[in-house]
Amino acid sequence: MTDTASQTNGPNLVRFLTRKQGGIKMTWADRVTYGYLLLGVFVMLLPVLWVFISSFKEPANLSEYPPTLMPVTMEKVEVEGYKTPLPLFEVVQEDGSVKVMAQIRRVGIRAQMVDPENPGAGRVTIDVKKATPVRKFHLAIENYEELLDSSGGNIWLNIYNSAFITIVATLITLVMNSMAAFALSKYQFKGSTVALIAIIATLMVPPTVILVPTYLIVSQVGLVNSLWGVILPAVATPTGVFLLRQYMLTIPDELLEAARMDHASEWQIYYRIVLPLSTPALAVVAVFSVMSRWNDFLLPLIVLNRPEVHTLQLALAGFQNENGIVWHLLLAMTTLTALPLAFAFLFLQRYITAGIASTGVK
Amino acid sequence: MVPPNFEGGDIVASEAISRTLGTVASLPARAVGPFWKWAQRRLGLKKLPWLFLTPNLLSVICFSLLPVIINIIYSVTGSDNLYLQDRRFIGSDNYSTLMDCQNYLDASSCSRDLFWRSLGNLLMFVPLQVIFMMGIALVTAVALNGKIKARGFFRGVFFFPVMLSPVVVAMTWQWILQRNGLLNGILGFFGAEKFSWLADSNWAFFWVIFVTVWAHSGFFMIILLAGLQSIPGDVYEAAKMDKASAWRVFSKITVPMLRPVLLVVFILAVIRSVQTFDEIYVLTGGGPGSATMLLVQYIYETGFAAQPRNYGLAAAASLLLGAALLIFTMIQMKISGGKK
Amino acid sequence: MKHSSFKLSAAIFAVGVCAFSSLASAQEITIQALDKNFQPIVDDFMAANPGTKVNLEVVSYQSIAESLPVQLASGEGPDISLVTDLGGLSKYYLDIRPYVDNAYFETQFGQVLNWLRGKDGDPKAIYGLPDSITVNGGFVNVTLFEQAGIDLPKEGATWEEWGKAAKAVAKATNTDFPMEMDRSGHRFASMAISYGAKLVDDEGMPVIDDGLRKAIEQFVEWHRDGTMPMDLWGAVGGSTMRDQFDDFVNAAAVFYFGGSWQLRRLDSEVGDFFEFKVVDAPCGGSSCTVMPGGGAYAGFKHTKEPELVGKFLAFAAEDVNLRRLIASAVNIPTAKSMIDSGIEYPGVSAKVQEGLSTFIRQIPKMAPAAYNFQGWAFERAMMNALTTRISQVLNNEMDVDTALERIDQDVRLAIEAAK
Repeated sequence: MTDTASQTNGPNLVRFLTRKQGGIKMTWADRVTYGYLLLGVFVMLLPVLWVFISSFKEPANLSEYPPTLMPVTMEKVEVEGYKTPLPLFEVVQEDGSVKVMAQIRRVGIRAQMVDPENPGAGRVTIDVKKATPVRKFHLAIENYEELLDSSGGNIWLNIYNSAFITIVATLITLVMNSMAAFALSKYQFKGSTVALIAIIATLMVPPTVILVPTYLIVSQVGLVNSLWGVILPAVATPTGVFLLRQYMLTIPDELLEAARMDHASEWQIYYRIVLPLSTPALAVVAVFSVMSRWNDFLLPLIVLNRPEVHTLQLALAGFQNENGIVWHLLLAMTTLTALPLAFAFLFLQRYITAGIASTGVK
Repeated sequence: MVPPNFEGGDIVASEAISRTLGTVASLPARAVGPFWKWAQRRLGLKKLPWLFLTPNLLSVICFSLLPVIINIIYSVTGSDNLYLQDRRFIGSDNYSTLMDCQNYLDASSCSRDLFWRSLGNLLMFVPLQVIFMMGIALVTAVALNGKIKARGFFRGVFFFPVMLSPVVVAMTWQWILQRNGLLNGILGFFGAEKFSWLADSNWAFFWVIFVTVWAHSGFFMIILLAGLQSIPGDVYEAAKMDKASAWRVFSKITVPMLRPVLLVVFILAVIRSVQTFDEIYVLTGGGPGSATMLLVQYIYETGFAAQPRNYGLAAAASLLLGAALLIFTMIQMKISGGKK
Repeated sequence: MKHSSFKLSAAIFAVGVCAFSSLASAQEITIQALDKNFQPIVDDFMAANPGTKVNLEVVSYQSIAESLPVQLASGEGPDISLVTDLGGLSKYYLDIRPYVDNAYFETQFGQVLNWLRGKDGDPKAIYGLPDSITVNGGFVNVTLFEQAGIDLPKEGATWEEWGKAAKAVAKATNTDFPMEMDRSGHRFASMAISYGAKLVDDEGMPVIDDGLRKAIEQFVEWHRDGTMPMDLWGAVGGSTMRDQFDDFVNAAAVFYFGGSWQLRRLDSEVGDFFEFKVVDAPCGGSSCTVMPGGGAYAGFKHTKEPELVGKFLAFAAEDVNLRRLIASAVNIPTAKSMIDSGIEYPGVSAKVQEGLSTFIRQIPKMAPAAYNFQGWAFERAMMNALTTRISQVLNNEMDVDTALERIDQDVRLAIEAAK
């Protein structure tokens, strides 16, 4: 497929994707690259997209097999003499023609139907194999309404709690980690290697494994059912210190010396010079902190037991209980918890990826 | 060290952000200024760094070191009491319970066979998952490092799953892999029979690796991409002059120059891989049987989900895991020349 | 937009906090439950006792199963909570004998009070209000039986007969799954006890006997010959409880073994899609029994208002209030007088009424072993061992003999750990 051919005949998308700057021919390597990337887009996005679509399906539509591509619902009509609206079916008549009928009741393989145009004509018993439901596109916004109702207005509280934990914990993490990274990158002092190793070594302690002792400590300090009980145990992130230290190492020491000449205190050097220069690395640490805090599950589960302090993730888990999974609510909730991050990401993705790239882990 | 091919807009924007942040942050920072002046006079430049380190070290001591010490105490005491003073000393009983096997070559002969099975699964899972994840991350990073259209979009797409919570990831895939799910729907379209993907040991193991790679490879991809972008462009120009093949460029230039970054990614990937828990717990619960149960899940179930909770046994298992991780890191550091 | 809602929720939160602290001076207790059915009783109680405040908190099942025990161990948690691990938490319960009519509680709840006493409790203490029980049981898709032209097995039919019939029906009607059972040790115990398993002896130690072996062997055979699908017991690992009741709701399963709490869902979702029925307890070699289960509202020792806790539970146990609670939750009562007189469930369809009465009919038929097992402090340990080990057998990780040995070891280790 050469450039000219695709421009004259190819569909728009293909033309867009194969277009090259300066009209250079696409090499086979480029094609493999694009093929791989498009496959990646398919595998990466499709599952999330599918959950999004599914969250707009009503329960009956969700349990259908094979699954329908779009959310649909049964078409129903009011028929004289029947209290509730009846679902419509297309029934193959004996002569092979197709007629639309309303179903009154279905028992196994037989269904009782009535002609919606002429209900007086009486009921007919029909083999369900000959009837196919009439369906229309329908977004089950009800799932979301039910979700908001069943949470009893708690969902705003859940969002507030999640946001509070995320923002406060991220701020504390940034300050603490950058202070530690500053000390470890800009000073030569006895014990600095030990301190660095001590901090990095915590990377090897899986949080799940120290769950019970952590709870013991949190409860001894009296922070059970307090948002601070979730915020404090994980503020010192080893990766944060490591990334910031690596970045600060690249800041020239001459800048600091010059400031010292001007009688700046070490604290002023930290927050006036080093901190502003580390913004890209700080942004990366902030992004990781926001992600892990927003998505945190196990620690909030044991520390926060009262509904008024529950986070969104805890509310999400509430839809899987001893009576099984309530899929239609769960899917709606999944979409809702993932949406804020997705939007944040859409707007910030350039800065996030640029920031991570500029930290240049080495 | 701003990478060569970033658009100017980013720099302007990040400057604006840093200026605003700076103004806001400087208010409280200025407020504590006098304290720091006083501290600097008292401590001198040699000891001042410790003051900068204090908050972080305090947190590490309270919420990492102390829990590990408590875990050590748990592992040598019995009873389901949470408080240390209510627990009685039982010595190495918990360790010998874990080690109680009739035949040390056969996990199923052990009384705590699940511990050994989950350890065995872990030893299968970690290498496979890390290799797949790093492979995909590297290939994607190389692909995205070239001159291609819509790079920002592709970068975003591959990074996106990193932002989803483990519960959401697991639920999403459970929804797709279930019997009446999308995957069977698509395969059914081509005439395949419905298949219970998570009911077959081998397939379940495959999907567990697949899903964790799906969720985390974007993170490593971005780090590798950063590494790739710091390789000077003239090295490639020179290779082009020499008419080196794409594979030669990759194996003789890209990989060697990426070595330090690859090492960091490798260590991070292994540590994260060993700690994998939430996704698998929600997706398969460790099943079928115990085919996808990893060590962290075993520890969680014994110490937390079981009734009565066996904190002691769980703590003993977790210390063995910790020891294994420590040995791994030490070997790794030896191999890489004892440098960070 | 995003900003204003954030402010709004912050304001709501602030108002909530203020309201909270201003009332803290009054006598106040907190009740934890899974739903809001308790609310009218809470309101009446507060109206009858001015100056008291009762907060009803609705929490998830996971919170009650996983975090409540840890909270209690550290002296935290609500004043009253719904508990489902009745015998396992005995050491934290508040004895409410000083505040309630002891004779009334003993006659009404008798046997079930024993479950709450567990192994650490005072054998005479009253540890809470066991308001309702659940009953395990099988649901069968009657329509599929009719279409297959196969007669429904009568009362007294054995598990094997049900298995065979379900398989024949599934074959004739091209249904996906003949038979399914929740992945739960509690459900399996129903079958095991019918086969003669004792599960626990008088000393509170685990019993591994022929009954248990036969039940497991039969269960494994069903998975091998396709009577039961691998999707549930075969697919999930660990001690996770899972169900696939969806299959029955969608007519993809002929026979489903679950419990009375699933009835309401069945009624609302099946509609007239097919006819279903609750069946009498299938029989094993030893008896035709199912397991009782359920929760109780217990007060805890750490409460600052023990008297108010006692008074509230006494109030909730009064005939009128208890009746109202049971009826609104569509539960099966524990109280003897209510089993005898029956309960009116307003707004419930005839099918559900019939199903409930079938479940209630099973209560007198329950074997003593079922009651003993339910009241055992290490019931959970045994149930977890059953699910984990049976799943391992199904996946060829061990044979039945080893599984039995491991179940015994698992439970003994749990008993040892709790010493």
